[in-house]
Amino acid sequence: MKTFEYRTATAASAVLAPDAAFLAGGTNLVDLMKLGVATPDVLVDVTKLPLDRITDLPDGGLRVGATVRNSDLAADPRIRERYPVLSQALLAGASGQLRNMATTGGNLLQRTRCTYFMDPSTPCNKRAPGSGCPARAGDHRNLAILGGSEACIATHPSDMAVALAALGAQVRVESATGERTIAVTELHRLPGDRPDLDTVLDHGEMITAVDLPALPFATRSAYRKARDRASYAFAVGSVAAALDVADGLVRDVRLAWGAVAPRPWRATTAERLLRGRPATHENFLAAADEELRAARPLRDNAYKTTLTRNLTAAVLTRLASAGEAR
Amino acid sequence: MTRGFIRHFPGNLSEVKLIVNGVEYEFDLDPRTTLLDLLREHLGLTGAKKGCDHGQCGACTVLLDGRRVNSCLILAVAQQGAEVTTVEGLGTAERPHPVQRGFLDHDGFQCGYCTPGQICSAVGMLDEVKQGRPSAVTTPGDDLLSDAEIRERMSGNLCRCGAYPNMVPAIRQAAGE
Repeated sequence: MKTFEYRTATAASAVLAPDAAFLAGGTNLVDLMKLGVATPDVLVDVTKLPLDRITDLPDGGLRVGATVRNSDLAADPRIRERYPVLSQALLAGASGQLRNMATTGGNLLQRTRCTYFMDPSTPCNKRAPGSGCPARAGDHRNLAILGGSEACIATHPSDMAVALAALGAQVRVESATGERTIAVTELHRLPGDRPDLDTVLDHGEMITAVDLPALPFATRSAYRKARDRASYAFAVGSVAAALDVADGLVRDVRLAWGAVAPRPWRATTAERLLRGRPATHENFLAAADEELRAARPLRDNAYKTTLTRNLTAAVLTRLASAGEAR
Repeated sequence: MTRGFIRHFPGNLSEVKLIVNGVEYEFDLDPRTTLLDLLREHLGLTGAKKGCDHGQCGACTVLLDGRRVNSCLILAVAQQGAEVTTVEGLGTAERPHPVQRGFLDHDGFQCGYCTPGQICSAVGMLDEVKQGRPSAVTTPGDDLLSDAEIRERMSGNLCRCGAYPNMVPAIRQAAGE
């Protein structure tokens, strides 16, 4: 590991040195530093800032501090009751040990697990701009079918972010130049010809909190994750959904997909198609198909199209029947 | 309580105070030092193992302020004042911790390499269960110590020998003590 200077952040609004990086739980960053993928000169530890609380918002939503640990967020009674999809997504990710360290802000800012990105001996446009991308012809079984570019087909690996996208969460950001709020679905960039830029954040902008809007029907929400083993593996496909059904019709729906794109993929086309329509398995499949018309699968990841389609219909059908039973 | 003063590296050093298994230490550390390397190389506590060194195997699991963590992914400098418990601090041969007793009674290991991490993880996991924290397989009202729950909650600890079946009753026995 390249040497660095360790500092403690005193305020979110402090200026960040040019080659400095924020350190929170470190479960991804420290690993990337060991691999030589991340090489900051300075680490600024943000975990001593007072950002580790979950507080009620006046509108009935919740504000989740950036350094709230994933395990604490998943276990919070308010999250489990009002936003079960978020608790489930968090618990589907990583392991008990990792969730005890990983934070809300850090989870959002974790990097892709693309094998070429993680290996500095290979080309990678995200890690070394302009060096090329071996993934299109090589190992892309778990890479993107939506939102990728010629330069990069990396996926965002987070489970939590998929639930946040479905819930319409807002990311609060602070820096020396001020504060702003970004929809979580706009936080991560599509790669285009600049895959080295994961997010829209400027250098020195720190995530301070994530706001969950009041969403009464999210009490009926769920996260389902497909992976290569029963536990402790990244998703090969995942679905976060919330469903509001009345008289057999979809009154409202929230749908987001994981492991298929460079960002948590909010399926707005599918949502639009479903509103006002009968909550049937056939309609859920048709809506997923419409959203997936934009999919551009490669040799070894076309299975994700079918997987995502079927997971979506399965999750929504289950939520619909759970509603009728009430 | 004894105090240790351990100085290893010249140059860019950070002062760190840690309490390890009830003993307070002060270190001047290269900031790159992971908690795992500090335990093994600086304090000679070789219970926690360096399996993958990337947070994928769980062999380095210790308790940090009472919570189970992967010590290989933690920079020691970032844990100023923290309390660390390793397998050496849980029990002794004469007076084993209930989880250690369970692993012995149920033959919950084969080669033993992953065992310190498994044991520390189980201790942390049982505390999470005690607090009523959910896992990915929890449905309200269910037994948090069913086979499925124990397996899911322990999925961050790999065992190359595949001694998993005997760890499940070992952990359940410890939970009852």
